[in-house]
Amino acid sequence: MKRFLLAAAFFAVLLLLWEAAFRARIWSPVLLPSPWQVASYLKNAAVDGTLAKATVITMRRLLAGYLIGLVVGLPLGLLTARWKLFRDTIGTMALGLQTLPSVCWVPLALLWFGQTEAAMLFVVVMGTLWSVVIATDTGVRNVPPIYRRAALTMGSKRLHMWFKVILPAALPFIVSGMKQGWAFAWRSLMAAEIFVTILTGFGLGQLLHYGRELSAMDQVIAIMLVIVVIGLLADKIFFSPIETFLHRRWGTSQA
Amino acid sequence: MFVTRAIRLGSKATSSVSEELRVIAPSKLAIEDVSKSFKTGTGVVQALDRVSLQVGEGEFVCLVGASGCGKSTLLNIIAGLEKPDGGNVLADGKPVTSPGRERLVMFQEPALFPWLDVFGNVLFGLKLKPNLSKKNRHDVAKYYLELVGLSRFEHANIHELSGGMKQRVSLARALAPNPRVLLMDEPFAALDALTREQLYGDIQQIWKARRKTIVFVTHNVREAACLGDRVLLFSPHPGRIREEFPVELPRPRDINSVDLAAHATQITKALKSLGKAEVTVAR
Repeated sequence: MKRFLLAAAFFAVLLLLWEAAFRARIWSPVLLPSPWQVASYLKNAAVDGTLAKATVITMRRLLAGYLIGLVVGLPLGLLTARWKLFRDTIGTMALGLQTLPSVCWVPLALLWFGQTEAAMLFVVVMGTLWSVVIATDTGVRNVPPIYRRAALTMGSKRLHMWFKVILPAALPFIVSGMKQGWAFAWRSLMAAEIFVTILTGFGLGQLLHYGRELSAMDQVIAIMLVIVVIGLLADKIFFSPIETFLHRRWGTSQA
Repeated sequence: MFVTRAIRLGSKATSSVSEELRVIAPSKLAIEDVSKSFKTGTGVVQALDRVSLQVGEGEFVCLVGASGCGKSTLLNIIAGLEKPDGGNVLADGKPVTSPGRERLVMFQEPALFPWLDVFGNVLFGLKLKPNLSKKNRHDVAKYYLELVGLSRFEHANIHELSGGMKQRVSLARALAPNPRVLLMDEPFAALDALTREQLYGDIQQIWKARRKTIVFVTHNVREAACLGDRVLLFSPHPGRIREEFPVELPRPRDINSVDLAAHATQITKALKSLGKAEVTVAR
């Protein structure tokens, strides 16, 4: 409760500073709307359904791309961890491509797929995939050999070894890889939505883009806030419980 | 004290569980001319040089030697975790070619799985044992947790346990699939003296209740004299069994007893003279 109050006070002060800056007219109101203008945009967008529709479209794209990234990335990571051949080939490629900011895929995706959902999906998958591959690979290679040996003596082998020993042992790494993958997917989707203007649905990124086109700063800031809140919620609802469980089970400190 | 309690539990349990627990079939081990060398940065190390050893059914044999003398390597070869360069390991006449639940290992480092709780760890090997119903597996796991005195900690996470408790869980996990041989690789080396002394008593009682063939590796002479029917001295470079000491003291043995100390002194002397012999050879 005390922590909540402290956080609430912090954000209240931020809002007050913002309002004060607006009232002081340091910048033109076109560039810096007041918190109230932003709130009223949010209210209107919520009432007429724009916001909900855009959020649903964005989340759909995000989840599709993210899940594909996970489903492809996890096995690839296992392959690179297990066989040198894959490590030297796919592993090296993953390492290289992971350093490429995912927005760099947008021009290529546009030329290959045109202004389509496929282009968007491609960018999100590319943003997620490589970090998941690398996290899985690191996780598996960091499993202490003693676990394998202990399991071997108890009669575990092949698939049982992979699913009951190696994957669970690598779980902390894999989860942090999933989390990083999520962050990258989210970033790349916003980049894609801002650059790929298609008619199959307006996502949050597109609302942001049109806010800029119309010089509607209240819309731009409001959508940015929504994007931040979604990121926070995903963390709190999805990743936090898993991490808490892992910390409790493994006895790692929860800083 | 908890041992007698647990044995009663065994007889009270359902018929198929007591069936599972009644089977006590320790193996006879024959190690014949086993050699093993490793390549290291500085050259080839002969970890084992034509080592031969017979271990009788239900016998408790301790291997003693300085660290790096190859005794752990021998244990791993008996377990089937490593292959010898030459020679054979026979368990009940059959050659050992791969690890298997007939010969379970208790390692020095806690090899417990942190993603499972205490109960899950004990259950792990049981789940790999065919012909056991879920209920039976649970009853057997409970029996062994009680045997090592940790019933209250069934659902504890591994990191919440003390070092001694962790090794007790390791012991329960190794005993649960009812192996014929128990291989122990310096299991108490990382524990404090008080916890160790307690475990010496417990392991003797458990061995009495669940007769296993035990090969126990240690560098602690007193520990070896306290636990073993026989104590074998290992010398390094190349790893060989040099001397053998039968310990014919009544059980349970007290690590602090005078008789035991006398045995330990004798073995320690032999161990030291081995070291001296090597120094002379080296010169």
